[in-house]
Amino acid sequence: MVASTIGLKRVVIEPVTRVEGHGKVTILLDEQRQVRQTRLHIVEFRGFERFIQGRPFWEVPVLVQRLCGICPVSHHLAAAKAMDRIVGGEKLTPTAEKMRRLMHYGQFFQSHALHFFHLVSPDLLFGFDADPAIRNVIGVALKYPELAVQGVMMRKYGQEIIKRTAGKKIHGAGAIPGGINKNLSIQERDELLKDLEQMVTWSRAALKLCKDFTVQHLEKLAPFGSFDSNHLSLIRQDGAMDLYHGGLRAITADGKKIFDHVDYQKYVDYIAEEVRPWSYMKFPFIKSLGPETGWYRVGPLARLNTADFIDTPEAEAARKEFKALTKDKPNNISMAYHWARMIELLHAIEKIKELLHDKDLQGQDLVVRGPRREEAVGLIEAPRGTLFHHYKVNKDDQVVMANLIVSTTNNNEPMNRAIQKVAQDDLSGHELTEGLLNHIEVAIRAYDPCLSCATHALGQMPLVVELVDVDGNVVDRKVRGE
Amino acid sequence: MSATIDFTIDGKEIKGQPGQTILEAAQQAGVYIPRLCYMKGLTPWGSCRVCTVLINGRPQAACTQPVAPGMVVESNTDKVNALRRNIIDMLFVEGNHFCMFCEKSGNCELQALAYRLGIAAPKYPFMFPKRELDMSHADVFIDHNRCIQCARCVRASRDVDGKHVFDFADRGAHRRIAVDAEAFLKDTDLAVTDKAAEACPVGAIVKKRVGYAVPFGQRLYDKEPIGSEIETAAAK
Repeated sequence: MVASTIGLKRVVIEPVTRVEGHGKVTILLDEQRQVRQTRLHIVEFRGFERFIQGRPFWEVPVLVQRLCGICPVSHHLAAAKAMDRIVGGEKLTPTAEKMRRLMHYGQFFQSHALHFFHLVSPDLLFGFDADPAIRNVIGVALKYPELAVQGVMMRKYGQEIIKRTAGKKIHGAGAIPGGINKNLSIQERDELLKDLEQMVTWSRAALKLCKDFTVQHLEKLAPFGSFDSNHLSLIRQDGAMDLYHGGLRAITADGKKIFDHVDYQKYVDYIAEEVRPWSYMKFPFIKSLGPETGWYRVGPLARLNTADFIDTPEAEAARKEFKALTKDKPNNISMAYHWARMIELLHAIEKIKELLHDKDLQGQDLVVRGPRREEAVGLIEAPRGTLFHHYKVNKDDQVVMANLIVSTTNNNEPMNRAIQKVAQDDLSGHELTEGLLNHIEVAIRAYDPCLSCATHALGQMPLVVELVDVDGNVVDRKVRGE
Repeated sequence: MSATIDFTIDGKEIKGQPGQTILEAAQQAGVYIPRLCYMKGLTPWGSCRVCTVLINGRPQAACTQPVAPGMVVESNTDKVNALRRNIIDMLFVEGNHFCMFCEKSGNCELQALAYRLGIAAPKYPFMFPKRELDMSHADVFIDHNRCIQCARCVRASRDVDGKHVFDFADRGAHRRIAVDAEAFLKDTDLAVTDKAAEACPVGAIVKKRVGYAVPFGQRLYDKEPIGSEIETAAAK
């Protein structure tokens, strides 16, 4: 942080984009156009934690998923996992757990496909500095129509899975406290099996595209917005990647374990949140390390770094290749998020295949109940990273406290570091162009925050950049698309 | 056997019985007249006015008006349905009806009527009143946000359960459903098995911990519009 902003010029990118809220980037430049400070501000305020207070606890999994239209299943399931414990039903029946897992893998599949094909591929296929008129999803559809169609069809497939497990493609109600409200009929299963092999084939191709791009451009991508950091995710008891359930594992940038298999009911003993006056988004950190060095990354890159192995064959082979790049050490390259994400895409479809052939999905035993509790935490690995839901419920069944640490919040400090690095490396000393400013967004987009969605998906960036002098006068102004 | 009372609804000849209301005679003949405060087994109340029909050109509540020979009743017409839509529209904005997460969604008569009458979006400004929940009872809760003051709970408790758990308090725009004067629901003798606990057409008086147990596609009004059961029963 700069000690004083006197004499510095302020460049504002606002909005970075607009999905479920607003974000902006501010860049402070000195007179030699050297970057002195870069910040990603989340200027939204949603208030869910407050306005679910007083509501019946069983409403929460359905209500709170309205936080998001992209991966509502994550919030639905994290809240449901917390409410499982409230009703003493955390040991789900095989049918309930597998239905929820199928819903979750369906969501991973659609969310990762959406992000890669629609939001990221324009940057990779056309270049970071390409003409914004073609650097968008329409440009991809015109030049690479097969890829664009695959993106749409893969997203659709994931949504069809969500519909058959949650009841609706968006904002369903399948997961209820202690279980699930439906099983998967034979007819529903067979409908999903029809397109399965095509999805597997396309997932392999998407992974190859992403891997080849990263390896071929490694010299440019390795330093791009990169920095060393801790990594955090859920992990299965045997060390396998598990996107639905497990204990918390955190490792340092060189792979040393900070903590392992932590029961997430006690997350408050390990994780704290720092508030900074310039953003509505908090900054989580590992308590034992403190706010200066305890911040960490979550999401696909972090999960590839924390996992000892992946329990599906093709994704495991891909993981080994990924790890070989950094000689089995943690990978700290921001742009490697994309490669890691596509490994997870393949893992998700392998898991879907495994589950669709599991007869437990046609079981009738859907809900369990046990001794009532008044406080519970639900954690899940959302597509964007570890998602924390923490609730207290009174004897009358009303929610009296809620704390949510969402994936994008966990990646708050890392995203700020990434844009700081890009700004210093690429922007310092240069005249600001649309292409250079896109470098900032490319770095943010690697983390797949909810913020990045409106940009490419709309075909043009709703982006206004102003260069303001110390007296507040606008000395330069660019509107993307003009 | 008493003689029938002949009249018409939208041109269809109906044979009613002496003492029947228009709504009951219509229902028997397979003609659905939209309603909210009416519930079979409870004393007709005539408060919601959703069942309003034109009798020889004059508006009347079909749930309270007895049949009479030669009546010419208009019900399923553009003019009458427009009146009904206005009532439903006003009920939606008067309370806080958030269908998207309401557990009654799919089983709610207010929502189902809106769908049947083709209401796509509210046309009046929301009033967003500040209303409370009463979660004090072990098995049943009241969400005042969703109450439409149909008095079905009042009548069910009084007439069927023989208890008088519910009644109205305050006046005008401040009128609200209340329990045994100013007490909480837990202080009443309401039991989860009471008729009053299942009489609510919306999500205002709800059994606890049921939530979203019925999946989408299997809820009461997921497949056919409200009233279809009356229309199809007569066709068989």
